[in-house]
Amino acid sequence: MLVQVLFYAFSAVLIAAALGVVVTRNPVHSAMCLVLAFFTSAAIWLLIEAEFLAIVLVLVYVGAVMVLFLFVVMMLDINVEEVKRGFTRYAWLGWLIAFLVIAQIVGVVWFRGLGIDATQGAVPLPADYSNTRELGAVLYTQYVYPFELAAVLLLLAIVAAISLTMRRRPGLKAQDVARQVAVRREDRVRLVKMDAVTRDAPAPRQDGEGKAP
Amino acid sequence: MAAGVMELWSGLPGYVRSTFWILVVMVAVILSVAFTTLWERKVIGWMQLRKGPNRVGSIFGLVPGIFQPFADVIKLLLKEVVVPSAANKTLFRIAPAITLVPALATWAVVPLDPELVIADIDAGLLYVLSLTSVGVYGVILAGWASNSKYAFLGAMRSAAQIVAYEIAMGFALVGVVMASGTLNLGDIVRAQGGGVSNWFALWLFPLFIVYVIAGVAETNRAPFDVAEGESEIVAGFHVEYSGISFALFFLAEYANMILISALTAVLFLGGWLSPFEGVLPEGSWLAQPSFFWLFLKLFFFLTCFMWYRATFPRYRYDQIMRLGWKVLIPVTLVWITVEGLMVYFKVGPWKG
Repeated sequence: MLVQVLFYAFSAVLIAAALGVVVTRNPVHSAMCLVLAFFTSAAIWLLIEAEFLAIVLVLVYVGAVMVLFLFVVMMLDINVEEVKRGFTRYAWLGWLIAFLVIAQIVGVVWFRGLGIDATQGAVPLPADYSNTRELGAVLYTQYVYPFELAAVLLLLAIVAAISLTMRRRPGLKAQDVARQVAVRREDRVRLVKMDAVTRDAPAPRQDGEGKAP
Repeated sequence: MAAGVMELWSGLPGYVRSTFWILVVMVAVILSVAFTTLWERKVIGWMQLRKGPNRVGSIFGLVPGIFQPFADVIKLLLKEVVVPSAANKTLFRIAPAITLVPALATWAVVPLDPELVIADIDAGLLYVLSLTSVGVYGVILAGWASNSKYAFLGAMRSAAQIVAYEIAMGFALVGVVMASGTLNLGDIVRAQGGGVSNWFALWLFPLFIVYVIAGVAETNRAPFDVAEGESEIVAGFHVEYSGISFALFFLAEYANMILISALTAVLFLGGWLSPFEGVLPEGSWLAQPSFFWLFLKLFFFLTCFMWYRATFPRYRYDQIMRLGWKVLIPVTLVWITVEGLMVYFKVGPWKG
């Protein structure tokens, strides 16, 4: 009962937030609505005991992806009216996707009405069941090659992104820390031996050594 | 009488007991923040041969200045909260709350005592990581919503810094997870049982150092406080905030400091475990695990935060980025490899 009340409450927030993403005019508000949508979907995942996925959703999407997204959106000075001008041109595509999504949801509900097992809810597991451990075990045994392949692909993406943005700029002043650390006293300071100068002293020596500055 | 109270207590439903502990921990954290500000001013004062605050109140002439934090809070509460006319009103008001809430919510999984932890969840460490990464939103939104150049510059610096150091921090935590084989913070503490030689700070020393440095950078404290560098951008992201809304940022910063200190103690220094375990006889009070030890370790790291602030000059922005990406991350990667070898060849605590 409590779970159902929570489910409907979170779903209401989720739908409102998702609507907010497309409806609000301010891009930063949209991004924040998306963050709220991620959070509430994480909460719904928690309700079906997928706590690993829920926490990782917050960690990856809210904690990293959306921060960078927000970063970019804040830097850009987007004129919303300009962007929305040709909006209705793509309306047919929007309607098509919306229709597909609705058809899928209706299909699931209809199948459940037929009493087929595949769409029944997850069976509650005992409290000491750790789906983090189970996921790890499966990922590193059964699916270890696809998993490593995905990791290499991501590494490739990192290297590609860096090599695209790296360029030699002439006249760039960067500090070379190794050289800074390797510096010796002799490179920077020269000690000059001087005679003490007194008020009634004879004129400084003629050879230049010890001449007052 | 005491037995009756205990019986009544254990008869209460679970959510009532958790709510009670949530209230206790919240009040304790907020009071600790108040006295941390006083302690910081005192410690830095002593380091600079000053006395620090010593006017407001005393307990029988013993601790001069003890009520200074309350005087500060009352002053801030009575000041006007100015909302700039060009600011984005909603986000400007929400931002301080977004900074504060994760700092308090993370305490739910921190084990305070062998028995006491509010939510004993399996993926505790992941929960900590995900909540601490949410705290950055408050800073970014505050900087953007203020509609001020200084605030925006501060927010940008802070966001880049937090994202960079989170990676090093996460890698340091990977080492802890490898060593303990669990994500539950209580079990991580238990994995370090059996005397000081089993504490992870010893076996994961480079990761421990990286975690401490990354922790200072994550909380935007000196020497990593370019986000509010007062000589360059006045006060950074909270330049437009006044009165109690500024106090909320202040509260969040200190709550985060306390949290990072507690996490360092839990993850690397055996949390509530006693350093005299196995040295002193079993029955001795000093050899027993208790909250006292966690508090002592936490207090040490908290004082270290003040020590750094009084000692180091502020980093330059490009130096911060270099330290994060080119020094700390490679160090963690190397040590994770070394740790993997130690586990494989069963060296040190991985004998059994």
